[in-house]
Amino acid sequence: MIESNLPVAIAVVLLFGTLAVVSLGEWRRGLAWPAAFVTILVFAAMSVALLLIVMRRGPVRAPIAGWAAPIGIEFVVDGLGAFVVTVIAGIAVLVALYAREAVGRETPGRETPFFAMFLVLLLGLAGIVLTGDLFNLYVFLEIASLAGYSLMAVGDARAVVSSFRYLIMGTLGASLYLLGVGFLYTLTGSLNMADVAARLPELASNPALLVSVAMMVGGVGLKMALFPMHLWLPDAYTYASSTTTAIVAPVMTKVSAYVVIRMLFFVYDLELVSRELPVGTILAWLSAAGIVVGSVMAIAQTDAKRMLAYSSVAQVAYIGVGIGLASPLALVGAVLHILNHAAMKCCLFLVTGGVTLQTGRRSIAEYAGLGRLMPWTFAGFTLAALAMVGIPPTNGFFSKWYLVLGGIQAGEWALVAVVVASSALTAVYFFRLLELIYAAPAEGLTASDPGLGMRLPVVALGVGVLVLGLGNAWFVTHVIQPSLPGALRAIT
Amino acid sequence: MPATTFESARPLLAVVVSLAAVPLIVASSRRPNLREAWTLVAAFAKAGLVVSMLPWVLAGRTAVCRLWELSPGITLALRVDTLGLVFALVGSTLWVLTSFYSIGYMRAAGEHKQTRYFASFAVCLSATIGIAFAANLLTFLVFYETLTFATYPLVLHRETPEAKAAARKYLAYTIPAGLALLVATAITWSLAGTLEFRPGGFLTASMASPVALRLLFLLFVLGVGVKAGIMPLHSWLPSAMVAPTPVSALLHAVAVVKAGVFGVLRVTGFVFEPGLLDSLSLGTALSWVAVVTFTLASLLALAQDNLKARLAYSTVGHLSYVVLGAALVNVWSWTGAILHLTFHAILKITLFFCAGAIYVRTHRENVSELAGIGRQMPVTMAAFAVASLGLAGLPGVNGFVSKWSLASGTLMADQRLFPLLVVSGVLNAAYLFPIVHTAFFRRSPAFPRFGEASPLMVVPLGLTAVASVVLGLAPNLGLHAWDLARAAAVAVTP
Amino acid sequence: MEIGAGQSAYTFTVLLMLIGLYGMVLKRNLVKKLIGMNVFQAAVILFFIVQGYKSGATVPIYDPALGTAPERYINPIPHGLMLTAIVVSVATTGVALALLIRVHRHFGTLDEPALLIQLRKDG
Repeated sequence: MIESNLPVAIAVVLLFGTLAVVSLGEWRRGLAWPAAFVTILVFAAMSVALLLIVMRRGPVRAPIAGWAAPIGIEFVVDGLGAFVVTVIAGIAVLVALYAREAVGRETPGRETPFFAMFLVLLLGLAGIVLTGDLFNLYVFLEIASLAGYSLMAVGDARAVVSSFRYLIMGTLGASLYLLGVGFLYTLTGSLNMADVAARLPELASNPALLVSVAMMVGGVGLKMALFPMHLWLPDAYTYASSTTTAIVAPVMTKVSAYVVIRMLFFVYDLELVSRELPVGTILAWLSAAGIVVGSVMAIAQTDAKRMLAYSSVAQVAYIGVGIGLASPLALVGAVLHILNHAAMKCCLFLVTGGVTLQTGRRSIAEYAGLGRLMPWTFAGFTLAALAMVGIPPTNGFFSKWYLVLGGIQAGEWALVAVVVASSALTAVYFFRLLELIYAAPAEGLTASDPGLGMRLPVVALGVGVLVLGLGNAWFVTHVIQPSLPGALRAIT
Repeated sequence: MPATTFESARPLLAVVVSLAAVPLIVASSRRPNLREAWTLVAAFAKAGLVVSMLPWVLAGRTAVCRLWELSPGITLALRVDTLGLVFALVGSTLWVLTSFYSIGYMRAAGEHKQTRYFASFAVCLSATIGIAFAANLLTFLVFYETLTFATYPLVLHRETPEAKAAARKYLAYTIPAGLALLVATAITWSLAGTLEFRPGGFLTASMASPVALRLLFLLFVLGVGVKAGIMPLHSWLPSAMVAPTPVSALLHAVAVVKAGVFGVLRVTGFVFEPGLLDSLSLGTALSWVAVVTFTLASLLALAQDNLKARLAYSTVGHLSYVVLGAALVNVWSWTGAILHLTFHAILKITLFFCAGAIYVRTHRENVSELAGIGRQMPVTMAAFAVASLGLAGLPGVNGFVSKWSLASGTLMADQRLFPLLVVSGVLNAAYLFPIVHTAFFRRSPAFPRFGEASPLMVVPLGLTAVASVVLGLAPNLGLHAWDLARAAAVAVTP
Repeated sequence: MEIGAGQSAYTFTVLLMLIGLYGMVLKRNLVKKLIGMNVFQAAVILFFIVQGYKSGATVPIYDPALGTAPERYINPIPHGLMLTAIVVSVATTGVALALLIRVHRHFGTLDEPALLIQLRKDG
């Protein structure tokens, strides 16, 4: 393990960036976006640097204020953490590009607080991923959540209501997580993840341990929109402003999934726990239900954003299935899907945002004929939609491939069937939309592609799903596999 | 003779050249002549590249192009083996002719959204050559699914309610098939640890229980069987006839459906060991499914008045000849199957070209309306007559050669199949010859003057008809169809 | 660290949690939900604090008479953690109240079912 201040520097940059946005933005409104964008670029550069360091030289640790673990709080970044933080940064850059025009048009006059909260959200998410301390994770979780609630409440009045409901449920989730941490602290006397992991094996059959696992997975699962705790998601994503949905949807639930992975495989030993309480199995089956419910509900929707929101429930559930299966390839699929779904969903929500801003249209039926009028936007959309259905060589296909292989490895044929069948369901609601977009007449409307700032991220992500698909093996062998815990590293 | 393997970028170029044309086609959408020129350039280039690899295969040298890892342990790789080259030759050479025909048809019929049409076509052909040269199951799957989704806009092309319904039906059949193929590929990887196609197969009886292997075979058949038109997975094909005729001609007589039977050939010859197919009675089961298909399809063809629908059912039937040949796994049946893959493509495309020419000139789609058309469009109907002879299996036209090989194959395997083959040959004649008869020997009252369609359409169909006769007399002429089929069959069968 | 002694404290904590949950889930008024949330958070905080208690121990400020034996002082760490948690709770409540003010200003009601009808109504 090498020591470096880079992880802490990331958090510091984001924190000072927020201050810069607030102060510069109050002085001149036009400076809010540039300050935020520069900060995000620096954040992205640092994340990539961190990823390269971790890939080349192994995990990085950064004890905060010089207090060594396990007494002090430390940031620990392994391959998995560096991977997720880079995904967050990448999405942030693209959404920030989009946000320049979009925020000005959707919520005029609110740029400064919006971009400040945007950076705080990134700070919280990055902190969750980078930290190696259980309680510190709670703090960052709540930082991210509060920023999320605030961002989601900007805009439409309905967004305020859905944000409040999300607040109640989200806080419940975080409190359950905290309770889980409390039990772990009681059992082991430590809050440091690595330390706790070392101490837990002797306590394997202690009932308090099982309660803590249940609390933590339940709490974080709520934030992950694990069935049946997903009810906050559709409203929250639908009514929030397009920029907010574009940053929250690809990233927040994924970071919660990351927390579940971190807890179940790096802190607890899932094997030991599963002997008393089959956490993995329960997680896998709840996720399977989530896949089905999410897909079916998506088909039933008439509003485009709401359809994508239910689709997100289903897609995060794929990750849940991968985690629950707990076989090496299933985990690879789950982690890869963090990246893949982030890219696909970000693209899709950026498109719906662009469409609403350019044409005022929200419902699926109103998308008729837009393919001709907004060619670049929908070129990106089509690629992302094909990726969601899971058509090779897009990245969505490879997530499915690994999950199916993982399911076969674990012998869970029913779950394989669910994953495969849901592809067909996804095809229904996406091809219905694609048919409307390209093969129906546009009703007396003139519209055009939005400006470059809003178009570029869409096209970049559209191309990205192809590149990520064809190049997925690179990520798997160089980033994901080395970061999985030892027993789960073997492929076959 | 042992094949020597060497690295070459040419297979990759052959796949990619039409993809490279796509942005050019899209960018030239305002200048139709330039746009069409890109299609033609890509078509000639592709055919040229594929044909240039023929000497290698004939000399027993296999070109390989390994790209990068698609999944740990599995590489995206292309390999030009005998069977792959046959399919690639069929697809690429016929694309050249179809491109000319398309231009003539689309302009004469005044079709809309031609840019989308030509761009999709180019992607489809890339996918087809990719399927032909795929070195392992995952590469195959990637290109196979790409083909499905590249053909979707073409089926949807006219955007009428029938076209939309047909396109939805197409997806409703092909998407589950693709998923079945995905699961089958995943299971194969878990069992065998490899996905590389090997002549003679790589799945052995020791890898899993008989039940598991039978289920795996079933999944594979479901996966490739939709495109291969195996009943009852065939019904998307007649519905897809709503697409413009060049689409039906190239894709639904040549590229898409032949990709399906090509998949059957790969699965039966390069994945499962022939001995395994025998011991699990899978070959027998598949051959009887094929027999039912071609018998029923021929009967259904008789009942169709719409010309393209009749041709569609005919295609379903002929595809199952290839499936039968593949399932019997002996040298003659495989030679026949591969030859029929090639020859049926040429014959069927001729028939579809004729159907399209007739539609464009007369707007007539039904057999009952074609009385006397032979007098007005003699070249077209002469070509139609030649192709009909070929499909019925009469000597002098190429169809005879492939059917004769297939028949020998059935006699070697299971003699009960032979009379069924003969019967369906008679049925072929029954649903095609009357059309020729009506066209030439019936007169229709108050018949306006038509005349042949544009040369862009008539020359291609004339060429394919002439080629059918030439190949019927000298099957090995030109592109060595006979040698290639025989070599591929020998490599695979015990 | 012991979990054992003083079961009544834990029972009380669990009771508080249940009250909080009842408020969050079953009450229609948004403010009452918020109060329920606060009660739940308070319960979690109390749970932690009870963890730190040791019988016969005193405040964790060094007393030379008692020396440095850890069992003479209660565990200060949960207290420190909970200070942070209280801050989080306050911040969350602040955001929640700000949201509620906006909701009331726009919709005129804080009754959840009525609000949901409004949500579904607008196009």
